Amino acid sequence: MATVRIPGPLREAAGGAELVTASGSTLREVVDDLERQFPGMRERLVEDGAVHSGITLAIGPNQTNDLDAAVADEDEINVLPAISGG
Amino acid sequence: MAAPTKPEYKVIGTRPVRPDGIDKVTGRAQYGADIRQARMIYGKVLRSPHAHANIKRIDTSKAEALEGVKAVVTGADLPQSGDRRSDKSLNVLAADKALYRGHAIAAVAATNPYIADEALKLIEVEYEVLPPVLDVREAMRPDAPVVLDWVRTTSMAGTGEEPTNVAAKGGFNFGDADKGFEECDEIVEGEFKTKMVHQGYIEPQACTAMWNPDGQLTVWTSTQGSFPVRNDTSEILDIPISKVKVVPTEIGGGFGGKIPVYIEPTAALLSKKSGRPVALRLDRTNVFEGTGPTSGTSIKAKIGATKDGKLVAAYADMAYEAGCFPGSSVTLGAMAMFAPYDIEHVKIDTYDVVVNKPHVQDYRAPGAPAAGFAIEQLVDELAEKLHIDPLKLKQMNSSHEGTRGPGGMPFSRIGQEECVEAAMNSEHYKSPLEGPNRGRGVASGFWFNVGLRSSVNISVQPDGTVNLVEGNTDIGGTRASLAMQLAETLGIAYEDVKPMVVDTDAVGYNDVTAGSRTTYATGMAVNKAGLNLIEKMKGLLAAKWSAEPDAVEFASGTFSSGENSASFREAAGIVAGPADATLNATGEVSAGVLVGGGFSTHIVDVEVDPDTGKTQILRYTVVQDAGTAIHPSYVEGQMQGGAVQGIGWALNEEYYYDEEGKMANASFLDYRLPTTLDLPMIETVIVEVPNPTHPFGVRGVGEVSIVPPLGAIANAVYRATGVRQFELPMSPRRVLETTHDLG
Repeated sequence: MATVRIPGPLREAAGGAELVTASGSTLREVVDDLERQFPGMRERLVEDGAVHSGITLAIGPNQTNDLDAAVADEDEINVLPAISGG
Repeated sequence: MAAPTKPEYKVIGTRPVRPDGIDKVTGRAQYGADIRQARMIYGKVLRSPHAHANIKRIDTSKAEALEGVKAVVTGADLPQSGDRRSDKSLNVLAADKALYRGHAIAAVAATNPYIADEALKLIEVEYEVLPPVLDVREAMRPDAPVVLDWVRTTSMAGTGEEPTNVAAKGGFNFGDADKGFEECDEIVEGEFKTKMVHQGYIEPQACTAMWNPDGQLTVWTSTQGSFPVRNDTSEILDIPISKVKVVPTEIGGGFGGKIPVYIEPTAALLSKKSGRPVALRLDRTNVFEGTGPTSGTSIKAKIGATKDGKLVAAYADMAYEAGCFPGSSVTLGAMAMFAPYDIEHVKIDTYDVVVNKPHVQDYRAPGAPAAGFAIEQLVDELAEKLHIDPLKLKQMNSSHEGTRGPGGMPFSRIGQEECVEAAMNSEHYKSPLEGPNRGRGVASGFWFNVGLRSSVNISVQPDGTVNLVEGNTDIGGTRASLAMQLAETLGIAYEDVKPMVVDTDAVGYNDVTAGSRTTYATGMAVNKAGLNLIEKMKGLLAAKWSAEPDAVEFASGTFSSGENSASFREAAGIVAGPADATLNATGEVSAGVLVGGGFSTHIVDVEVDPDTGKTQILRYTVVQDAGTAIHPSYVEGQMQGGAVQGIGWALNEEYYYDEEGKMANASFLDYRLPTTLDLPMIETVIVEVPNPTHPFGVRGVGEVSIVPPLGAIANAVYRATGVRQFELPMSPRRVLETTHDLG
């Protein structure tokens, strides 16, 4: 299962955990599993079928907003804030 | 840690003359205000005298009646879909509210600039003046005047319900900061404030627009991004992108401030109404009051270490002014703040705050210098308390490959340790600093590369030279740095590549020249185009040489197969003869968002006059990891330029507002940029730790050098005076007030 690093503002929704594991071979499936574990998490990460406009996702060092991007068990997934300004 | 050995290059690392150099030094280069069109007329913008006011009525009839006036426009001429126009549109021309002094209210176009100025005086605007909110922490108070009634606080956790000036809350939380601080033997903290400052580019914004009767709009403009200008102009005017062509002129500085549109849609509207080409050029006061500077900030920070010097925990509460619309660089500042250090427990809270000032824009490493001003003073204070040399403390705690980087992702190969070591070994740091009222300060800083999208075309000419067509405005020598990368890829001489920057109709999409990305990301596109061309030529040569396609090899600028061999130029002659097709290739990349970056460490010696408070820079050294320095002279120029801008920010520059929100120093006479008379030669040390994400190991070098100066100079002033500086600028007045307890 992949490891997901939960950012501070979402930790309350994840029971306070910084690192959680989630199963899935794509980002979409990982989000689905996070929703199963932590109801309400999906709407924080996805809106209108796409990655939420307020965040971006990264699999290892590679940022991607493609929910169909492949995820391996050894991957760490980061949830990053979208950059405004800057 | 020793820097890795760099491959041997033939072109990369040399110092050729830039292709645009002669035009620029002889005055032939065409900048924004040099554009002339037949029957061109002149636009001027009326700006709000108030920082916060409802606009009750605008009467333009008298201006329209003035002889020589060809068009008058207001915000009502801009299209609107939905409840209100977008922030971008409202910033170009206000609707029913003026949100900062200098906010554009109306514009005229006339047969000469003097008539246009007279016409502006005839426009009647009735204002209902409102109390302005000008300070970031005051704007966060629940009882503060609300600047925009539609703003609600957004965060990953949701959206607030009440109107507020706090547009966004965010942050980062790694490890357990509370627990980490319990493990510390020494903890230092402070509250640091910086004022709004401007990029200070020498060339003001200038554009010319021609809206043809067939609906085709052409805009000539001084910009860091012709494609973003095309996109924004199209969006604001609600016309198809295909109807807008943007022709970038040469650019006299930008530093992030020439990314957004301020005048292009207005000039286009005036052209549409008048049927004439319209030139719209800002003066310096317009630039200060009506374009986008960088945030004023307030940062409360704390950092702790064990007695043997291990940094354990850090916390920061960062509030950045966004100006009149949401969107400051506070998140980037937060991501950059602790990046030079390997700290297990970090918590950062961020606030993006709306105030009655111009909407902020990028300024060289946006958000990071203010963060550096805070953290670098605290690290220096820790070093003093722990009796450890400040560079030694940095070395002990340097980020390295695998360290959790900004946002949580681990760093790939980086050069922070190498920069600190090079600073420790520098002749400057090894030289003693003697004399009264003198002090030495050091600081480190980090900045990203943004990758984004780039596209180039290359074509081989009949004489074997190569045209390189690109879409990134050349601000810091990127024609040269890109041509050098293509020459290296193709194994030809730099002089055999002819780079040119073209308009938005003539090349594929390119993102802005910003974010330290052009030599990095467009360099990747150039390399890809070169490799594509080589593959094409190998196939064509195989046919000419009657060889198998995969039997042709390319190395060191020579194609070979069996007994056949040809230099690039010879090969071009073989495969692209008069009866053959032209040799072309393209290269495109989408190089991610925040994809690595670079570090820098600075050393500065100062002398502070105890009677006047004036700080003199005695000596300054910049050490920076360039990955691979494509053109070392231009790398050094970026290192020096960033340091000088940082020195100005540290010592003199600020938007000085009165209580009503009027900027009192909106000219270069009163807004004090550093000049050559204020500065010693900035010494440079290039460190090269190749970037693993780039084919030649390039790291963007344009921004990080502005991050350390604020903290380095504050640390030097502290060593000279014994007093910490918590607020910028460290002007003579502020230094006197703090060192003589006159505050």
